[in-house]
Amino acid sequence: MEFTKTQINDPEIGPPKTEIGLIGWMKANLFNSPMNSLLTAMILYAIYKVIPPLFKWMFIGSVWSTSGQACNQASGACWSVVTHNFRFILFGFYPYDQQWRPTVAIGLLFILIFFSHYRRFWSKALLIVWLVGIVIMGVIMRGGFFGLPLVESTKWSGIILTLMLALFGLTAAYPLGVLLALGRRSSMPAIKTLSVVYIELIRGVPLISMLFMSSVMFPLFLPEGITINKILRAQVAIILFTAAYIAEVVRGGLQAIPKGQYEAAEALGLNYSQKMRLIVLPQALKIVIPPTVSILISAFKDTSLVVIIGLFDLMKTTQVTLSDPEWSGFSTEAYLFIAVLYFIGCFVMANFSRNLEKELKT
Amino acid sequence: MTAEPVSGAAPGKPVIEIVDLHKWYGDFHVLRDINLKVKKGERIVICGPSGSGKSTMIRCINRLEQHQQGRIIVNNVELTNDIKNIEKIRAEVGMVFQHFNLFPHLTILENLTLGPIWVRKVPRSEAEETAMYYLEKVQIAEQAKKYPGQLSGGQQQRVAIARSLCMKPMVMLFDEPTSALDPEMVKEVLDVMIDLAKEGMTMLVVSHEMGFARSVAHRVLFMDAGQIVEENNPDDFFLNPQNERTKKFLSQILH
Repeated sequence: MEFTKTQINDPEIGPPKTEIGLIGWMKANLFNSPMNSLLTAMILYAIYKVIPPLFKWMFIGSVWSTSGQACNQASGACWSVVTHNFRFILFGFYPYDQQWRPTVAIGLLFILIFFSHYRRFWSKALLIVWLVGIVIMGVIMRGGFFGLPLVESTKWSGIILTLMLALFGLTAAYPLGVLLALGRRSSMPAIKTLSVVYIELIRGVPLISMLFMSSVMFPLFLPEGITINKILRAQVAIILFTAAYIAEVVRGGLQAIPKGQYEAAEALGLNYSQKMRLIVLPQALKIVIPPTVSILISAFKDTSLVVIIGLFDLMKTTQVTLSDPEWSGFSTEAYLFIAVLYFIGCFVMANFSRNLEKELKT
Repeated sequence: MTAEPVSGAAPGKPVIEIVDLHKWYGDFHVLRDINLKVKKGERIVICGPSGSGKSTMIRCINRLEQHQQGRIIVNNVELTNDIKNIEKIRAEVGMVFQHFNLFPHLTILENLTLGPIWVRKVPRSEAEETAMYYLEKVQIAEQAKKYPGQLSGGQQQRVAIARSLCMKPMVMLFDEPTSALDPEMVKEVLDVMIDLAKEGMTMLVVSHEMGFARSVAHRVLFMDAGQIVEENNPDDFFLNPQNERTKKFLSQILH
């Protein structure tokens, strides 16, 4: 039985109305099975229960800039705890009238980070710009030159300390982690054993205990009269800790590179350092950008643990603010505020990573 | 261009000398008593069943595999654990792999200039000139700025051959260069290898391409179970195999 189409151009009919547009999307994604429909209903209910009261608490009954007593009468959030105390929360013990300096330093940092996003700026020049930038930030913060009054590093607190611990911590931990990963894969027994012992020891203890050890135990081993800056000790603990985790992630990347790449590099006559630098590491580090950035984001948030050893980072300054009886009832608002700050920091890092992967075309 | 690297091999002395070579993987005796001398300009095709040790043998020559007993001497330099000797030998021995092993994060041109710049310390402009010369030789000059992932298998293998040639090696080792290619691309790669042969390159080729062996090789080696079973010039090898094992192998592959 043959078939021939007698009319070639059928009149145009569009797709059925319930399959396209918003309704179509909802049908396909939200209500496409009984289970999904139930889940959608539950989530919509949860949103209805949570969002309007939250919005009301945050914005409608809220108080923005009065004293603590007035806050007690308000029905909503007391944002005054933030607006009254933000200078202390952000800058800690940095002298009040000099606080324009850390603001400028942080602004400079953000500009440097912004320009590092884009591949066309990546070059030796960018590295030099960063080094110069860090020196400038240090000079602005510390003072003692150009008529700026001296502010000792022990006074640097709040978000300054958090950013400093994070910036130097992560920048130093990454190369150390790469070296440890290479060491662990080395065929030289001494280097391999050292790397393995380091990594497993450090991964076996929480960061808090390392901070305790650096702050309490380590000074006991120093000769009489020699002290090392407490911030420096915490900084080293964070570096050593993060490096161990980076090492394992990088080792995964090294394992993922096909043996043929190593062999082709060797067959050309490249020595170990050239082989790693030119062929293996560029490919391996690129593959492990996602887990590496996860570790760095975690490390950024872990800087808040220095609270335990009495260093005044962003978390500690917030705690101190809340220990004042006037504001002690409003911990939610204060912690929400610094949560937003931590989120911004982590978001910048995650965004940087996304951009990096796009630029490198992974 | 720079002068050819000075050849250490005096006339008559073999470029590669393998003496009483043995290799074990754990308890498995993968290479047994291998003896081979390769003269300058000689072309040798090595064939045999899988697992016979042919790839292992040529990989021992540039130390991608390590031998436990016997001696390997390349261009008057003995292959030992001394890393300096190994690197000296590797610079003179080019290798082409079955799976190409081009560097995916570098352009074709960068793939080719990497060795000369970092190992032979040649200035970049000169390395690029050499690279373009060899790219033209393998007829792939227009792809110089592309990445390996954008090329077909046959093109990638030709680039791999050009990459080894840029180091101006004394010997080229080929480890089943066409085994991973589809039939149309096999010809384009074999043509490049034939051109190379015409120019007098010393070549050791592990391959199943018997046509290539017949037309180009000076000697054909048959390996089985880690030993060189038979060795002869192509005509005698294919028409008059002596050993039973060789006869069996040839009957399987030549229909």
